[in-house]
Amino acid sequence: MSDASSEKAPAAASFWRDPEKRAWLFQVLVVAVVLALFGYIFQNTLHNLEKRGISTGFAFLNNEAGFGVLMSLIPYDETYTFGRTFLVGLLNTLLVSAIGIVFATLFGFIIGVARLSSNWIISRLAALYIEIFRNLPLLLQILFWYFAILPLLPHPRQSIELGEAVFLNKRGMYLPAPITESGFGWVLAALGVAIVASVFIARWARHRQDTTGQTFPVFWTSLGLIVFLPWLAFGITGFPLSWEYPELRGFNFRGGITVIPELFALALALSIYTAAYIAEIVRSGIQSVSHGQTEAAYALGLKPGQTLRLVIIPQAMRVIIPQLTSQYLNLTKNSSLAPAIGYPDLVALFAGTTLNQTGQAVEIIGITMGVYLTISLSISAFMNWYNKRMALVER
Amino acid sequence: MKIKHLLAGGSLLALSTLPVAHAGATLDAVKAKGFVQCGVSTGLPGFSATNDKGQWTGLDVDVCRAVAAAVFGDASKVKYTPLTAKERFTALQSGEIDMLSRNTTWTLTRDTNLGLNFAGVNYYDGQGFMVHKSLGVKSATELDGAAVCIQAGTTTELNLADYFRSKGMKYTPITYDTSDETVKGFEAGRCDVLTSDQSQLYALRIKLKDPNSAVVLPEIISKEPLGPVVRNGDDDWLKVVRWALFAMINAEEMGVTSKNVDEVRKTTKDPGKQRLLGLSGIKGQGLQIRDDWAYQIIKQVGNYAEAFERNVGQGSPLKIARGINALWKDGGIQYAPPIR
Ligand SMILES: N[C@@H](CCC(=O)N[C@@H](CS)C(=O)NCC(=O)O)C(=O)O
Repeated sequence: MSDASSEKAPAAASFWRDPEKRAWLFQVLVVAVVLALFGYIFQNTLHNLEKRGISTGFAFLNNEAGFGVLMSLIPYDETYTFGRTFLVGLLNTLLVSAIGIVFATLFGFIIGVARLSSNWIISRLAALYIEIFRNLPLLLQILFWYFAILPLLPHPRQSIELGEAVFLNKRGMYLPAPITESGFGWVLAALGVAIVASVFIARWARHRQDTTGQTFPVFWTSLGLIVFLPWLAFGITGFPLSWEYPELRGFNFRGGITVIPELFALALALSIYTAAYIAEIVRSGIQSVSHGQTEAAYALGLKPGQTLRLVIIPQAMRVIIPQLTSQYLNLTKNSSLAPAIGYPDLVALFAGTTLNQTGQAVEIIGITMGVYLTISLSISAFMNWYNKRMALVER
Repeated sequence: MKIKHLLAGGSLLALSTLPVAHAGATLDAVKAKGFVQCGVSTGLPGFSATNDKGQWTGLDVDVCRAVAAAVFGDASKVKYTPLTAKERFTALQSGEIDMLSRNTTWTLTRDTNLGLNFAGVNYYDGQGFMVHKSLGVKSATELDGAAVCIQAGTTTELNLADYFRSKGMKYTPITYDTSDETVKGFEAGRCDVLTSDQSQLYALRIKLKDPNSAVVLPEIISKEPLGPVVRNGDDDWLKVVRWALFAMINAEEMGVTSKNVDEVRKTTKDPGKQRLLGLSGIKGQGLQIRDDWAYQIIKQVGNYAEAFERNVGQGSPLKIARGINALWKDGGIQYAPPIR
C-alpha cells in the first residue's frame, strides 16, 4: 500500500498533464457554470416577478377556472379548476395526435406504395399529392379545411341525416352513444379471451413452422376468434347495449357523441400533411431494398404477397421506422396549431386562456414545454423499442 | 403560430433578464428612444385598426397618440404592436410594449395578480350578444343550448360562463384566437351567437359581409370599463398615461377643441384653461414632461368628444351614442380630476 501511494505522489503533481483528469475537471466546471447560470436566471426571474407584483407559484392550479370549454373527454364545467383545464387540454392534444398518427400512417403507406406503382397515372397522382401537401404551409391547410368545409355543411335545422341516428351539420357530426347495461362485462371478457387465445395460437404456429415447416393461417383464425367470441357472448347475455340518439332541441342537437368540426379539420389537415412526408419515407424505404431480393424470393418460390410481407417490408422497415418516428413527433408538436381554429388543445386551453386569466406565464409555459417534451420522448422511446424489434438480427 | 411561440419564449426570457425597473424607468426609456411602443388590437374598427393608408386610427390609438404628443410634442411618435387578447398581458409584462391601449377591461385580478396598473377608463362598456337575424331571437334569455363564438383570453369568456350558469342555461363555447376568426366562425354559421363587449359587437358587425344579417340583442350582462394599462411599479409613467387621458376629458369639459385651442391659448382669461394649456400652474413639472403637454394633445389629437365622435360616434361608421360615456355634467359618467 505504502508503495503504491509513494508512486502516486508524483502523478498527483502532474494533475494538469493528465488529459483524463483534466477532461473531468472541465466537464465538472462546465456543469457548474451552466447550473449557476440557470440558478441566476431563476432567482432573477422570481425577483423581477415579485417586484412587478406578478403572482408566482403553482397555487393557481387549484383556483376555479370560470370559463367553458368546447370539448372535453372528462367531466368538466366552469366550476372545475385550472388544474382540470390542463388535463382537459392534454387529453384533447393526445386525442388529435393519436388520430392524426393513425391516419397519416395509413394514407402515407398507401400513397408511398402508389408512388411506386407501375401504373403511370397512379404514380403521377401520388407524386402530385406529395408535392402539393408537402409544400403548402400547414397552418394554411388547417385554416383551409376548417373554413372551406364549414360553409358547405347545413345549419342544424337542415341537418344531413342518416337513418335518424347520425346527423351532420355545421356544429359537427352527431352519433348515437352506446349505453352499456349489466351483462356487457361478459362481452368484454370474451374479447379478452379471444385476444389471449390469438397470441397463443400465433406462438404455437410459429413454433410449428420452425419445427415442421408447415404454415398455419394465424391471421384469419385470430380475426375469426376476435369477432366471433364477443358476438357469441353478446347474444347469450341478451344484447345488453342500448343507444342514446342525438336529438334536435332548440338551437342544437343534444345527447349522443359529437365530433366537432374543429377536431375533424385539425386531424384531417395533420394527417394529410404528414402523410405526404410518410409517403416519401415509405417510397425510399422500399427502394432501399435491392431488386435482387425480390428476384431471390421469387426463385425460392414465394408468392408476390409473401415476398412483400416477408422479404421487402421487414428490410424496408429498418429504413422507415427512424424517420417515421420523427414524423410522429412533428405531427404531435404541429397539433399545437389547434388554437387557430379553436380546437381546445393544451396550447389553447392552458398556454392560452389559463395563462391569460392568471398571468403566470413562466409556470404555464414551463409546464407546457415539459408536457410536449414528455410526449415526444415517450413516442421516441416506443419507436426505438419497436425499431430494435424490427431491426435485422445479424447472425 | 410558431412565431408566436418564439415570441412567448422570448418574452419569458425578457422577463427573467430585464433589470428591475426603477420608478421612472419607462418614461426615461421612452424619452431616450424617441417613441412610445403601444400595444393595440389586431384590428377592431373604431378602437384600433389600420385605415386605407395603413395608419392606425381609433379611440384606443388616440390614447397612444395623446401620450406621444404629451412627451414629444408629436402625436405621430408611436410604434404599434398588434396583439390578440391572449398575448397582450405577456407583451406588457415583459417590456415588449410601453403601454397597452387595447379595449382592455379593468378587473381586480389584472390589476393585482398580473402586475399591471390601469391608468384610467377611456370607454365604459358592457358585454352583449349578436345573433343571426334568421334565428328570430329577441332576447338573450332565449339562448339556452346555443353555440357561442368568443375570443380566447378575454373577460368575455368568464362573463359568458357566469351568465349562462346563473340563468341555468347551457351553451357551447367556440373559442378563437383573433377577432377575425371569431367573425369568420360566426359568419360561417359555426355558432348562433357572437358575444363580446357591446361596442366591439358594433365594430365587428360592420366587418360582416352583410351587416344587416345580424342583430345585437338588448341585454348587457357585465361591466367592462376599458382603459390604457401600464406595468406595475412605474408610477411616473403611469401618471403620464393617466393625465394624457384626463387632459382630453378636461378639454372637452372646458370646451377646448383642436380647432379653437390656438385661439383660446392666445386670448383666454380663464385660469382653468390657462392651467390646462400650460400658461400657468405647475405645467409639465409634476409629470416631468414638456410644459405645453396638454396643449399638444388637444392640438394634435383633440379633446375626448372629438376623439369619440371621429372614431366611434356620429363621424364614424359605428355611430355609437355617447350614452354613459358622456361627461358627468351631461348625464354620463366620464369624469376627470382637475388640472391644478
Ligand atoms: N374587454 C375584454 C375583451 C377584449 C377583446 O379582446 N375583445 C375582442 C372582441 S371579439 C377584440 O377586441 N379583439 C380584437 C383583436 O383580437 O385584435 C377584455 O379585456 O378581456
